Amino acid sequence: MRESMEFDVVIVGAGPSGLAAACRLMQQAKEAERELTVCVVEKGSEVGAHILSGAIIEPRALEELFPDWKKMGAPLNTPVTEDQLFMLQSDNKSIKFPNLVVPKTMHNQGNYIASLGNLCRWLGEQAEQLGVEIFPGFAASEILYHEDGSVKGIATGDMGISESGVEKDSYMQGMELHAKYTLFAEGCRGHLGKELYQKFDLDKDNDAQHYGLGLKELWDITPDKHQPGLVLHGSGWPLSKGTGGGFFLYHTENCQVVVGLIVDLSYENPYLSPFDEFQRLKHHPVLKQYLEGAKRVSYGARAITKGGFNALPKMTFSGGLLIGCNSGTLNFAKIKGTHTAMKSGMLAAEEVFSALNNGCNGAKELTGFETRFKDSWLYEELKQSRNFGPAMHKFGAILGGTFNFIDQNICKGRLPFTLRDNKVDYAQLKVISDYSPIDYPKPDSKLSFDKLSSVFLSNTNHEEDQPCHLKLKDQAIPITQNLPKYLEPAQRYCPAGVYEVIEDESGAHFQINGQNCLHCKTCDIKDPAQNITWVTPEGGGGPNYPNM
Amino acid sequence: MAILIIAEHDNNILKAATLNAITAASQMGDELHLLVAGLDCNLVAQQASKIAGIKKVLIADSEAYQYQLAENMSKLVTDLASNYCHIVSPATTTGKNFMPRVAALLDVAQISDIVKVVSENTFSRPIYAGNAIATVESLDAIKVITVRGTAFDAAKQSDLSAPIEIITAVHDAQISEFVSEEVAVSERPELTAAKVIISGGRGMGNGENFTLLESVADKLGAAVGASRAAVDAGFVPNDMQVGQTGKIVAPDLYIAVGISGAIQHLAGMKDSKIIVAINKDEDAPIFQVADYGLVADLFEVLPQLTDKL
Amino acid sequence: MKILVTVKRVIDYNVKARVNADNTDVDLANTKMALNPFCEIAVEEAIRLKESGTATEVVVVSIGPKACQEQIRTSLALGADRGIHIETDSMPESLNVAKLLAKVVNAEQPGLIIMGKQAIDSDNNQTGQMLAALLDIPQGTFASKVELIGDKVHVTREVDGGLQTVALNIPAIVTTDLRLNEPRYASLPNIMKAKRKPLVVQTPADLGIELKTHSKLLKVEAPAERQAGIKVNSIEELIEKLKNEAKVI
Repeated sequence: MRESMEFDVVIVGAGPSGLAAACRLMQQAKEAERELTVCVVEKGSEVGAHILSGAIIEPRALEELFPDWKKMGAPLNTPVTEDQLFMLQSDNKSIKFPNLVVPKTMHNQGNYIASLGNLCRWLGEQAEQLGVEIFPGFAASEILYHEDGSVKGIATGDMGISESGVEKDSYMQGMELHAKYTLFAEGCRGHLGKELYQKFDLDKDNDAQHYGLGLKELWDITPDKHQPGLVLHGSGWPLSKGTGGGFFLYHTENCQVVVGLIVDLSYENPYLSPFDEFQRLKHHPVLKQYLEGAKRVSYGARAITKGGFNALPKMTFSGGLLIGCNSGTLNFAKIKGTHTAMKSGMLAAEEVFSALNNGCNGAKELTGFETRFKDSWLYEELKQSRNFGPAMHKFGAILGGTFNFIDQNICKGRLPFTLRDNKVDYAQLKVISDYSPIDYPKPDSKLSFDKLSSVFLSNTNHEEDQPCHLKLKDQAIPITQNLPKYLEPAQRYCPAGVYEVIEDESGAHFQINGQNCLHCKTCDIKDPAQNITWVTPEGGGGPNYPNM
Repeated sequence: MAILIIAEHDNNILKAATLNAITAASQMGDELHLLVAGLDCNLVAQQASKIAGIKKVLIADSEAYQYQLAENMSKLVTDLASNYCHIVSPATTTGKNFMPRVAALLDVAQISDIVKVVSENTFSRPIYAGNAIATVESLDAIKVITVRGTAFDAAKQSDLSAPIEIITAVHDAQISEFVSEEVAVSERPELTAAKVIISGGRGMGNGENFTLLESVADKLGAAVGASRAAVDAGFVPNDMQVGQTGKIVAPDLYIAVGISGAIQHLAGMKDSKIIVAINKDEDAPIFQVADYGLVADLFEVLPQLTDKL
Repeated sequence: MKILVTVKRVIDYNVKARVNADNTDVDLANTKMALNPFCEIAVEEAIRLKESGTATEVVVVSIGPKACQEQIRTSLALGADRGIHIETDSMPESLNVAKLLAKVVNAEQPGLIIMGKQAIDSDNNQTGQMLAALLDIPQGTFASKVELIGDKVHVTREVDGGLQTVALNIPAIVTTDLRLNEPRYASLPNIMKAKRKPLVVQTPADLGIELKTHSKLLKVEAPAERQAGIKVNSIEELIEKLKNEAKVI
């Protein structure tokens, strides 16, 4: 029997939604002078270790949670001073859009360039001061259910199991954390969230969810090129027609810029390598002007949930809630998910607290959440932006962009129809014979780099001797199906070099280098056979992102 | 003022690390004295007296120093220290053991594991496992310094013999005693202690082919290592892994065979004195850090290497 | 017997230190910090000695800014009984650390002091030895085995080329090497319990120690990158170069 601990609320994941929920719960408990036990488990080695985001942060939700956030020292230090939007036409040509034609959602006055990892570190401190128990280094690996099928809590993973499944000297059994309500805030494509979708059929009424893969680097640049507050966005080259996505480059504090590329995972060309697209992107003059002579400091990647309003699942079930990107609250029209994730966590906290106050013990579903959600600015905002993503995917960057300008600036998101985009991302991939290989240039080790030296900068590590956390339902599929049909695309979509096909005398082998994993979840999303399941490795493993 | 260097030896033979420490000391000043403390260690003192640059050898011959116990050694050295501006020893497990005690007894700092002498009071040393180099200025009157051997050449032999002076003082603290020792008798040296390492990567193809490396290793008295790719592919066990997540090594000679040279591997061996790369892919990143590169099929050249050594 | 264990807060061993832009130090802003791995082994060894009945109490002490209480709590979660934090603004030099610790030892009178052989930030490998000298007690550095036999502690040490065992009078100092043990994980209930274990905060002034400056850090630089050498055309040429040019075989 595993040991267990009881809490009023257990939250899985110390990201913006989970921590905002934890803080909001405790604030209400303090106001009501009520005893409340809230625990947050986080698979990263510390709060913020696995957090990766652009990020431009709209402070709306933070303002509501901590009206004094500036005085309290929240790390939002760089207000956006200028927005620039580009269409890259080729490897050296670009058009800069005049501000007038830019969709309103892409204007960033009042927003801040910040590290979401550092914001989470700060939120974690606030939560602990409010009395929340945060346990970094503990991965929630399993959902626990009551006999009636409602969620009872989670179990943390066993530690100290060898690759072959044997208990090592350091073995420590996982623990059961029971709660009246469990909030799942794992971020995009959380692996427990995935189970909840199936178990409670949470996505039966919404459109298919869509994803992007975000790749990001942090650079030290020379002071003469640094313009704190300058924001660049753009689309077009190097992504070819039919592949959605766009780049960002933000001048943040301490003479640093962040640069990144988001590639929609609905891409069709199996030769596409998001990592290599990102590397060659940095050679474009629009980006190179800042990066030349600068030094790369960090690298990371993370999938984002971008289906928006149309893809929002039911967020409640008996015993708990899905919040933040685990449910898909990101506003893709703004390319922002922090304020929406936080707000979803705060709304959940309010609903959970009122239920607890009414003596509920979690057995009943929190049906009141839906009303609370629909009455909030979060719902209104997501609804207004509902057509943005589908328009870009359906009509491409230019026509889609025009549509979005009309939709967002002239009609304010109130067009009387909704564009739908119902084909799941993994099913979009076409066979290799339809395409010819993409000739990616060799990295020059100045602006562009290879995968492994990039992974090195993510400080990723996993205990070597543990079972592989990337599970294949069928061991044979990568070589027997994916290789002939798609030249095993995992080799290219994985931004960390986890997957390799090795050929030797005895034939081709599929090699999984699980230690490199950045926990981005792309494999779980994009594998055309849906054969790869990402599960949590031993707690504390994965990247250690500073300032990302 | 003179500089005192403490010799590393086993009562019979002066250990090579002493010679590197002497070279480092010679960059701090000219008047170099070498202390040989041991039991029946006259032979060592004779060897020491013939090293270029040594002006005087001090010999302290007593049971108290037989195993160079830190408790006794530190008292002996402290006793001699007032005549010296620098006290220098190799950063071996023996030197690392007693030198900080000397520093504490003299109420001065120790500058550990230096890799460069900038001036007589300023030194560079690696910190953060070699990810950064700190340059430190000592403000103490007596500078206690340990020296990383691989960073300095060995001092040469001299035709002249320095005079040998006998130290009669015996410092026996009587708070510690030697019980036993167990000299590693493995056929091959430990990876982290080896002077020569030959490592294989994924290019080895399979685990059996590592015997090709072992034949070379036998000839060179080398340890055999592997890259993570070779470990992950299941060729060899994890304890052979050199690199970021494996062992960090810095031998005199590192031979990388069929290793592409991912940064994770380089992180574990880039401080080696000489790096040799053998790889059939001439674009492999390993060649960017190799002193000597050979673009060739390892299956052809490894047997040749074994034959010709 | 009481055991005193010293612990240091350092950069996590998975994180690469990066030299800052003005070459004055490494950049640790928002970097993951952790218990120095060698100190973690020291804590584990002390707890094992307590579990085996040899020790009665394990006291951990750390020196540094307030944040290092986190590492004391981690040690308490692993099984230590109480903590002492000596609060300083910066990280004092090793000799100052040894002097502060000497005061703690005099007050606590432990039978054994277990320390990491070195911290993975400064890589000095000296504080344990310095403390032993100041206290005039014996030391067993680079320990791979610690045993209490009679009234002595036997320490097997990892020395160049093998193992050496020494017998030390008590009290003694042991500094740990990697193979001494494999530290356990802290369990969730123990992490919660650790928050309520006693932790005393003192200052160097409380202990009557004035921190002295013995050295000045002039600069911190990234190590020089290796340059590509030459290509040889044959094994014969390679052997010739290694013998006559590099002189390594």
